[in-house]
Amino acid sequence: MSEPLQELGEHIKQATAGAVVAANVRLGELMLETTPDKLIALLTFLRDDPRCLFKQLIDVCGVDWPEREKRFDVVYNLLSLKNNQRVRVKVATDETTPVPSAAPLFSSAGWFERETYDLYGVWFADHPDLRRILTDYGFEGHPLRKDFPLTGFVELRWDDLQKRVVYEPVKLTQEFRRFDFLSPWEGAHQVLPGDEKADEKAKS
Amino acid sequence: MSDVEIKTLTMNFGPQHPAAHGVLRLVVEMDGEIVERCDPHIGLLHRGTEKLIEYKSYLQAVPYFDRLDYVSPMNQEHAYALAVEKLLGITVPERGQYIRVLFSEITRILNHLLNVTTFAMDTGALTPPLWGFEQRELLMEYYEGVSGSRMHAAYFRPGGVHQDLPDGMLDSMDAWIKQFYPFMKDIENLLNDNRIFRQRTVDIGVVNPQQALDWGFSGPMIRASGLPWDLRKSQPYDVYDRMDFDIPVGKTGDCFARYLVRIEEMYQSARIMEQCVQALRTVSGPVRVDDRKISPPRRGEMKGSMEALIHHFKLYTEGYKVPAGETYTAVEAPKGEFGVYLVSDGTNKPYRCKIRAPGFPHLAALDMMTKGHQLADMSANIGSLDIVFGEIDR
Repeated sequence: MSEPLQELGEHIKQATAGAVVAANVRLGELMLETTPDKLIALLTFLRDDPRCLFKQLIDVCGVDWPEREKRFDVVYNLLSLKNNQRVRVKVATDETTPVPSAAPLFSSAGWFERETYDLYGVWFADHPDLRRILTDYGFEGHPLRKDFPLTGFVELRWDDLQKRVVYEPVKLTQEFRRFDFLSPWEGAHQVLPGDEKADEKAKS
Repeated sequence: MSDVEIKTLTMNFGPQHPAAHGVLRLVVEMDGEIVERCDPHIGLLHRGTEKLIEYKSYLQAVPYFDRLDYVSPMNQEHAYALAVEKLLGITVPERGQYIRVLFSEITRILNHLLNVTTFAMDTGALTPPLWGFEQRELLMEYYEGVSGSRMHAAYFRPGGVHQDLPDGMLDSMDAWIKQFYPFMKDIENLLNDNRIFRQRTVDIGVVNPQQALDWGFSGPMIRASGLPWDLRKSQPYDVYDRMDFDIPVGKTGDCFARYLVRIEEMYQSARIMEQCVQALRTVSGPVRVDDRKISPPRRGEMKGSMEALIHHFKLYTEGYKVPAGETYTAVEAPKGEFGVYLVSDGTNKPYRCKIRAPGFPHLAALDMMTKGHQLADMSANIGSLDIVFGEIDR
């Protein structure tokens, strides 16, 4: 299963001359990493090369890694109907570096990139129509970033006096709780009444 | 006479409109009765599912998938379950796989029944939805039988399905399948040669194969354009490779071809159901993996075993940890390729769960399909796209 993919990865790496930073096969899926300036060349190659023929751009999405210097990954999933294969292309970027738009190559990229821009704030250069798509009209912020709170910043309700929907800051009746299940048992260090003396004794 | 300058009229359609199939708002630029450009405004049903999933454990994320495309819930759970299983590196027992395929096909029929009949309603026919919904009701009883819920089942879980089928369900399904074929003939009699239906759908919204690839089409939409592509055949998952079924392919790529593809798919789904019911009579065994670190113990076991009680407690509070990695796993949902791009960082919650909804690129292509058509054809196009806003807006 993974050997032809490995070969395909090598083929793409050699033929595109430096556009692919890394190519690896994990869990039977081929993943290519590239840089924003080489992205369009790589996608064009993947679409048109007779050994690739990835004619369909299935999905574009972002992933946020706030601790990284280039905090966003933009992930392109491509599908080749001819060869029955999939490939994933990743580009790392940050809030200010634009990624060239794939919309001239694949029409489906138009909306997917709008969505990525809306949810992560990744800027796509030369996109024909880069507007917000999923969030509300006049929404501020990029909700899928890891530093955006789950509750958001505003809530809205119908105001019967003003006869319109009003936006207000979020009011939580109960504080937002996020349980930590990951730390091991050492968390709570309880000293039973009377035992504190035993500790002192052991020290002296 | 001097030239008359014609100004395009900008018209708003929706978000509340019976032909919008939910909350679709379209801003349409029209030249008389002809649509020059239509700009769908989506997101009115955006609930932030992907964000919510990042804050839930892997098991708690399952019910969100029912609420995406609420007419085909189980197929979406299937994609998610397969993605988590791939990261965990586990295989579902055979009986569990058969049950999943069986219910995936029930879901496909549920979905197509709704789409085909409401599509007929968009073009002026009222009888098909009334007939179709009766059959949907019968199928939802099976949903209720296995999961306790008519729609939001949360039945497919990572590792298998939640429970085995109740006694007598297979016999009842056999009887249902027998009466389904004549029912489908009735629906076809209503619509196939119906003059009004044909006038409204034939040669409307033609998509050629090149466009279908370019716009990221999948499922019945790409097959109606003449490309024989079905993930159940080309990248089979669970026991689809053991099933005997055909893939209908349209010739013309218009609304009528999409209707015909969906009708034929329902016959094929019924065929797969038959084979699954047959197989389930002989294949016995567990329906989910026998690994207490992933699937919870039985209720009865918990009453007597301390260890089972601990496992139960740990699984329903902390959940299980999934090894770090990423996968894009797709299934052939009734509407097309439904994919889950799941990134795990090794904790008990998904780091990122991108949901690739088939309706999203289909709706993006509405402008391309509708340009130059009349306004009434736009609603035929929307009907044939099979869009549900739960999955598009997420």
